[in-house]
This record gives sequence, structure tokens and C-alpha cells, in this order.
Amino acid sequence: MTQPLLQVDDLHVRFPIAGGGLLGTGKRMLHAVNGISFSLAKGECLSIVGESGCGKSTTALSILGLQEPTEGAIRYRGQPLNGPGAPGRMQRAKAVQMVFQDPYASLNPRQSVRTSLAAPLRLHGITAASEIEGRIEAMLKNVGLTPEQAKRYPHEFSGGQRQRIGIARALILEPEIVVLDEPVSALDVSIRAQIINLLLDLQEKLGLSYIMISHDLSVVEHMSDRVLVMFFGEVVEEGGWRQIFEAPTHPYTRRLIAAIPDPDVALKPVGRQDERAEMPLLAGRRFVSDGRASPDVFTPPAPSELVEIGANHKVRLAMA
Amino acid sequence: MTAPLLDIRDLRLGVAAGRTVTHPLLKGVSFQIMPGEAYGLVGESGSGKSVTSLAVMGLLKKPLAVSGGEILFKGQNLLSLPKREMRRLRGNRITMIFQEPMTALNPLSTVGRQIAEMFVLHQGKSWDEAHKLAVEALANVRVPNPERRAKNFPHQMSGGLRQRVMIAMALACNPDLLIADEPTTALDVTVQAEVLRLIKELCAARGTAVLFISHDLGVIASICQRVGVMYGGCLVEENETRALFDNPRHDYTRGLLGALPRLGSRSEHGRQRLVDIDSIIADRSKLTETRFIAPRVVEGGQL
Ligand SMILES: Nc1ncnc2c1ncn2[C@@H]1O[C@H](COP(=O)(O)OP(=O)(O)OP(=O)(O)O)[C@@H](O)[C@H]1O
Ligand SMILES: Nc1ncnc2c1ncn2[C@@H]1O[C@H](COP(=O)(O)OP(=O)(O)OP(=O)(O)O)[C@@H](O)[C@H]1O
Ligand SMILES: [Mg+2]
Ligand SMILES: [Mg+2]
Repeated sequence: MTQPLLQVDDLHVRFPIAGGGLLGTGKRMLHAVNGISFSLAKGECLSIVGESGCGKSTTALSILGLQEPTEGAIRYRGQPLNGPGAPGRMQRAKAVQMVFQDPYASLNPRQSVRTSLAAPLRLHGITAASEIEGRIEAMLKNVGLTPEQAKRYPHEFSGGQRQRIGIARALILEPEIVVLDEPVSALDVSIRAQIINLLLDLQEKLGLSYIMISHDLSVVEHMSDRVLVMFFGEVVEEGGWRQIFEAPTHPYTRRLIAAIPDPDVALKPVGRQDERAEMPLLAGRRFVSDGRASPDVFTPPAPSELVEIGANHKVRLAMA
Repeated sequence: MTAPLLDIRDLRLGVAAGRTVTHPLLKGVSFQIMPGEAYGLVGESGSGKSVTSLAVMGLLKKPLAVSGGEILFKGQNLLSLPKREMRRLRGNRITMIFQEPMTALNPLSTVGRQIAEMFVLHQGKSWDEAHKLAVEALANVRVPNPERRAKNFPHQMSGGLRQRVMIAMALACNPDLLIADEPTTALDVTVQAEVLRLIKELCAARGTAVLFISHDLGVIASICQRVGVMYGGCLVEENETRALFDNPRHDYTRGLLGALPRLGSRSEHGRQRLVDIDSIIADRSKLTETRFIAPRVVEGGQL
């Protein structure tokens, strides 16, 4: 089997809670990410979905090296990305980059597009003006802007154009993995389509691998190869996009899919499975979230494991 | 035939400089909302949806000013209503919920008190009575433990709960018209679905009409009977929701529908490239010249 590009093993991220425990015994910890594992193959788009606060961004930040994991290992091409053997910022920057949700906040208003694209190149030892110019020009073309626009400043661009600049900046060092945290949710519907098309074109053209976080499940269905469904710090279901959207199995996944405000479904209320329909036990086993209306992020949930229920399709069930 | 609850006629507004409006933002918008009807406004960012709703609420701020048209509410032109009377309507007969509840809630006052204030102000209830009604109102929007929650300050609640508090406040006095401007955009999917269900059920039960603004067509379809599509300060198309989705006629509407990834479409047809509105609209400046105001009435253009 070929080595995955990125391998995340039993990742835990815990944050201490101010106040501490009763009588000062034991600090209360918030389990933001609670033992998640996944791999990402070259050229793949893996999406992470789940409720606000379930740990998606924290997972992404760990991969980017912006959040040190409490436990677990992240490997890039077999080499550790965290812990003692971790590479420096510079090396990591060539492996993983990020596109942010808000193109306004992520660009320096006082830097022209050229300056903000040239900075990372210079940092990485590319100093020849002609090469910098050439790479900026090529990258602007890649994201659908013109080289002449390089001298302009962020406020001179529309929201969609700014997101193109954000993408150009993430790609300028030619990373293999790009983390997209809500890449289109700040954009108008019509602009959204252009950026989604662009991201898919670039993925194919440059062989990029994406880790995408999105609340918009129709975008997730459109773009992903595989989907991780997170629920309070854990993966509760994992599968190819077809498995997740055509045969959602975990109650939370089913709830999520049923909640999508889709015009076709709203207008023709047939065909969608009833989220509340009684689920048969899977091989005689239960889902952990049964009866847990609102799981507690402070106490780890009951013991459970991800169980393979089909090719490329796993669901979290209570320990047998 | 029943009379419309809200009848907006040829509404024009823009940026005012002195006595003249220099920069038009609404270029003659007309639509009607019937009593109890849910009407959706969709359209590009900046097309004028929010300024339309602010004009109805009488909340336009300088330098924006109305330069023409009428806003008839139960036959009465709101634009010529004295400020005092407009204030009496607002929060009572016409209410509004916003995208970000924190902007509308007072951070220094408990949510229970803020809801109670509605009953004191608009219905002349005593504070004691109003507090009881406030707890009831919280229960109506299905806030768990309403009695305890009433004592919360806004920052002690999650975004979804705060949005419910706003809905409770907005519906407290059984208004005739509720204006909701992107009320669920900041919420995540499952919470959004609950909030939408609440708005829909409560308004249906009380016969409250809704003007629902969103750029999410899925959200609009799940709430509204009719939809108006705005572009560049004009209403370019209007139709019953189902008909609009099945048979969009204006280029912008068609672009909007094609730009949306449709759930299940990849399963059925494989991954299709999303429609780029700019590619089907040759000349954006001509876009507001053709209007389709349905059913079967066409203004200023041919079919
Ligand atoms: N630096 C931090 N210190 C303390 N708690 C944190 C920190 N960062 C995140 N958290 C908490 O960890 C949990 C997971 O947060 P995270 O940002 O990963 O959620 P998310 O899934 O990305 O949510 P959203 O969809 O709202 O972006 C939340 O409860 C959050 O409040
Ligand atoms: N105070 C103001 N001064 C000048 N122009 C304004 C002002 N407020 C709004 N505008 C302009 O009015 C137009 C319509 O704005 P409006 O907020 O109604 O758009 P919208 O359709 O609600 O967009 P969105 O979907 O982004 O909320 C925009 O072009 C906006 O720039
Ligand atoms: Mg996040
Ligand atoms: Mg608006």
C-alpha cells in the first residue's frame, strides 16, 4: 500500500478551563479533540463536518502546527509533524498551507498583492527578482487574476477577488496540502460558485490535497472524496462522499443531513429519510450517543470504537 | 379579494446629499405581502434587500433617505407617519430579527427583562405580569428551563439560544409582520433548522406575515410561499417559490439557481461544473432592464 500523504493518529487536544475543579482537586479540561485518526491521500479532498465547537478548526490548527496536540502523532510523508522530531516552520510551510474563511481579515490592508505574495518566497530564499515576478504572475493567472492587479491593495478588490488572493498566497510556496476552513461561507452565492470551481480546477491542475471544513453540506457533497463527521471531539462516522450522503448511518450524521435547507427537498418533501426513524441495531450494537441529548465536552464519553460497516465506511459504536 | 398587509409601491431611496438623492440604491421597488404570507427576498450582496427592510421599519440612517414611492401598511403610508406613531408600530405591529442577535440585545440587561419590557411598553402590562409572560414567551420558542434562562444575560447564552430570545421578543406582541434579515446565517446547520422551524410554526399559528431575507435559496424555499429576486436595486423577478425554482426566467435568477450545488445532484448526474453567473450574463448593466413579475405579468421586457 502506498504511504498516505498525511497521517493523523489518535490526536487529542485538551484546553484547561479557568476555575479548576471542586476544592482545587484536578483541573477541569475541555476535550476539544478526543482521539481522532485519519489519513489523507495525495490529490484527495477530505472534508470535516460537525456542529460548531466540535473541534474541526482545532484539528486543522494542529496539522498546521498552530496548535500543539496534547497527545497523538501527525505524520507527513511518514515524517513527524509534531513532537520532538517536528520540522521547523519553514519546512512545514511547504507541506501545509491554509485558506481562511474571511479574506478581509487574512490580508494585510497596507500590503499590495505583490508584496504579500513575495514575502513568503523571500523567506524561503527565493530572492531573484525575475523568479519572484515570474512566480507571482503565474500564480495570479492560476487563480483567475491578471498580473497587472499585483500592484493593487486588498481594499481595491471585491470579496471574491480577495478570496482568490488568499488562495494565491496559500499556494505560492507550492504546498501539497491545503487546509480550507469555511473557504466560501463569507461569499455571495454567485461568487461562491466561482471559487468552488477554481478550487476544484487547482486541485486537479496542481495535484493538491485538501482538508476542507464547512458547514455547507451541499458544498461538501460537491467537493469531497471522503468525509469525516465529528461530534464533540470524536469522529462518529467516516466514509466516501456517497456513503455519507446516500447512506448516512450514525444518528448525528442523519440529523445533520436532514437539517440541510435544500430547496428541492423543501419543495418536494419526499425521498429524504426520516431522521427520527428507528435505527436497527448494527450487528446487535448501539450508538453511544443514544440518549445523550447534549454531550458534555468536559467528561470523555463512554467507551466506543469506530467499526467498519462497509467498504470505506466506518461508524462509531459502543464497545461490545 | 383581501387587501395586502404590506404594499410597497415604486420605492426609491438612496444616498442623500442635502435635499437631493445623489446615489440611487433602490430604483423603484414594488411588491406586496398578504396577511399571514411568508415572502422571501433573495439577491446578490448589495442589491438592496436590507435597505428595503430598514425603510419598512423606518430605521434608515443618514445619509440614506427615501426619495419616492409609498410603503402602505394596512393601507396607511408609513413614510408619512409621524415618528411617534412609527415608534408605536415598531416592536408591536412590525418587528424585526437580525443576523447577529447581539446587536439587538442589551448586554447589560437580562433577557427576561428585555422581553418583559415589550409587554410593559406595548401592552401596558405591569412588570410582574410582564415577567410571567416573558418566561412563557421563552417557553414558546422552546428555550429549555425558561425560568432560569430568563435571568441570563445575553453573553451567557449560545448563538442559537440568543436567536430564540430575539424571536421571542419579536413575536411577544403578536405582530402582523415579522421581518427577518438573514436570521440564521450565523448558526450551524442543525441549530438553523430548529430556528427556521420555530419561525415557520409560530408565525403560521399566529397568522403573522413574514418578510424573509436571505441569500440562501434553500432557507427561502423552506419558509416562503413567494419570492422576489433583487438585483442592483430592482426587483427583477417574482413568483411563487415552487414556480420560481422550476422555471426561473430572469438571467440573474437562472444564474443564482445554477450557482448552487444541489444536494443529491452529484449522485444523480456526477459532479457538474457550477454555473458562473458572469458567464451567462453578458452585460450586467442590462440586467435590471428586464423584469418578470409573475404570475404572467411581464414588465419592460419580452418573454
Ligand atoms: N485556545 C483555546 N482555548 C480554550 N478553548 C478552546 C481554544 N480553542 C478552541 N477551544 C474550544 O475547543 C472547542 C473546539 O473548538 P473549534 O474551534 O475546534 O471548533 P469548530 O468545530 O471549529 O467550531 P466552528 O464550527 O464554530 O468553527 C470549543 O469548545 C472551543 O471553545
Ligand atoms: N449608509 C450607507 N451609505 C451608502 N451606501 C450604503 C449605505 N448602506 C448601504 N449602502 C449601499 O446600499 C446598497 C444596498 O445595501 P443592502 O445592505 O441593502 O444590501 P443587501 O442586499 O442587504 O446585501 P447583503 O446580502 O450583503 O446583506 C449597497 O450597495 C450598499 O453599499
Ligand atoms: Mg472552526
Ligand atoms: Mg443585507
